[in-house]
Amino acid sequence: MSDTKTAPEAQARKIPAPPVTIESKPFWDAATEGRFLIKRCNSCGKAHWYPRGLCPICFSDDTVWEESPGEGVIYTFSVMRRSPTGPYAIGYVTLNEGPAVLTNFVDCDFDQLAIGQKVKVKFQATENGPPAPVFSPV
Amino acid sequence: MSIKGQAYIMGAYEHPLRDAPDISTPQIHAESAKGALADAGLTKDDIDGYFCAGDAPGFGGMSMIDYMGLRNVRHMDSTETGGSSYILHVGHAAQAIAAGKCKVALITLAGRPRQQKFGGFGGGGRPGQLTDGPPEAGFENIYGGTTHNTYGMCAMRHMHEYGTTSEQLAWIKVAASHHAQWNEHAFLRDVVTVEDVLNSPMISDPLHRLDCCVVTDGGGALIVTSPEIAKSLNRPKVKIIGAGESPKGPMGGHDLDLTHSGALWSGPIAFEEAGVKPSDMKYASIYDSFTITVLMQLEDLGFCEKGQGGKFVADGNLISGVGKLPFNTDGGGLCNNHPTNRGGITKVIEAVRQLRGEAHPKVQVKNCDLAIAHGTGGSLGTRHGAATLIMERE
Repeated sequence: MSDTKTAPEAQARKIPAPPVTIESKPFWDAATEGRFLIKRCNSCGKAHWYPRGLCPICFSDDTVWEESPGEGVIYTFSVMRRSPTGPYAIGYVTLNEGPAVLTNFVDCDFDQLAIGQKVKVKFQATENGPPAPVFSPV
Repeated sequence: MSIKGQAYIMGAYEHPLRDAPDISTPQIHAESAKGALADAGLTKDDIDGYFCAGDAPGFGGMSMIDYMGLRNVRHMDSTETGGSSYILHVGHAAQAIAAGKCKVALITLAGRPRQQKFGGFGGGGRPGQLTDGPPEAGFENIYGGTTHNTYGMCAMRHMHEYGTTSEQLAWIKVAASHHAQWNEHAFLRDVVTVEDVLNSPMISDPLHRLDCCVVTDGGGALIVTSPEIAKSLNRPKVKIIGAGESPKGPMGGHDLDLTHSGALWSGPIAFEEAGVKPSDMKYASIYDSFTITVLMQLEDLGFCEKGQGGKFVADGNLISGVGKLPFNTDGGGLCNNHPTNRGGITKVIEAVRQLRGEAHPKVQVKNCDLAIAHGTGGSLGTRHGAATLIMERE
């Protein structure tokens, strides 16, 4: 595939500060405490991502925050090889609660990443913003 | 045809807040939509047309369609004329309904100018300050998503599910290069081989440099006229016989499927209106930001079974005069031109050349009387808008 072998914790790319809105602030406040929140709808019972005030499945406005262990499997990924800050891995994780989350995979050998691999959330510092959820193989 | 008596306003809702420090602009759009739907006695799944203007955060109407989870939208309009936009949208909605393009149109407006004292609106994140931009921004834009790696994610999943190979994807570039050699304006005119593609540097797995389109300056324009004007002009007539459009996004992250594009919905709408089927097409302009873009769209448009795109494009099947489906005979975005990273107009232009019989003689399709132009804008890996156009030589 590529001769760009990557050692663990290789993502040198810094994550910019996430734009925080009044709607997403509880998520980022919890992230600062190391807690990973998702939103669940009290009306249809389904969890969704990214978190919204209105359920994108049934349009109820009765959505509540729920702490998640942040566990799931890799749905897909791509390792960006052409990057001025070195390679980094972007992809989707299908959480055990159902929804898919766009993220970076960190602290791993990028050449060993695989669809279906089990991963778990962790938080990575951002540039002067709250920490962002990223995932690593377990 | 006139819009007179063809459409009705059946739901209306004015959001009660005048000072909204505690909810976001996307939330006000959605709450307003919910109010208008309740007033009409409809649900969000009844909505098949969405209209918004520049106040809607994000990417045209795409971010708000995805935020609200509008799964059945087949007509979109984000025409911006400032404060008059929403009156204009009612007229456009009536036109769309009269033309059978949608049946239930939603028009929304929302904003929070009183909160601008908190700063940072529309821009990136600022430490300690709240923003009010696209609702997905904080959860997606920070991860370094580019066209290369988000399309790479689609290719990776397609390979996983269907066994598609890099060699098969490479055939798409090979076909484009065979066509580009005859185009004196093409940015890249060298004919390449499957090996050339596979040996080019990896950009973002599994896409190589030659799986990617060119970056070019430039432009284009089209003139669309009434039948009467067309008749009066001394040029071959290219008749528009079908059009379809569709958004696609994660919509809350359930059943995420990156192996499909919005062509799955826009294609059948266009073919049905035109009264033709994919196998009737003599020529296809297929948006080719990357090789995987072409493969997924060909499958979704019905040129082959889902998952069989790799076999379909292999062995020169897209090369004019060689294969069954001549595509992008100008060299496409992969070799010829992708002006300002928006390739839709060049797709229509080459289809017009083919239907007029004015393509380069080396790539002109014989008796080219039916053609399709299809495109994807945004990202197949996150959210995008798909558009299909069917044209006939008259």
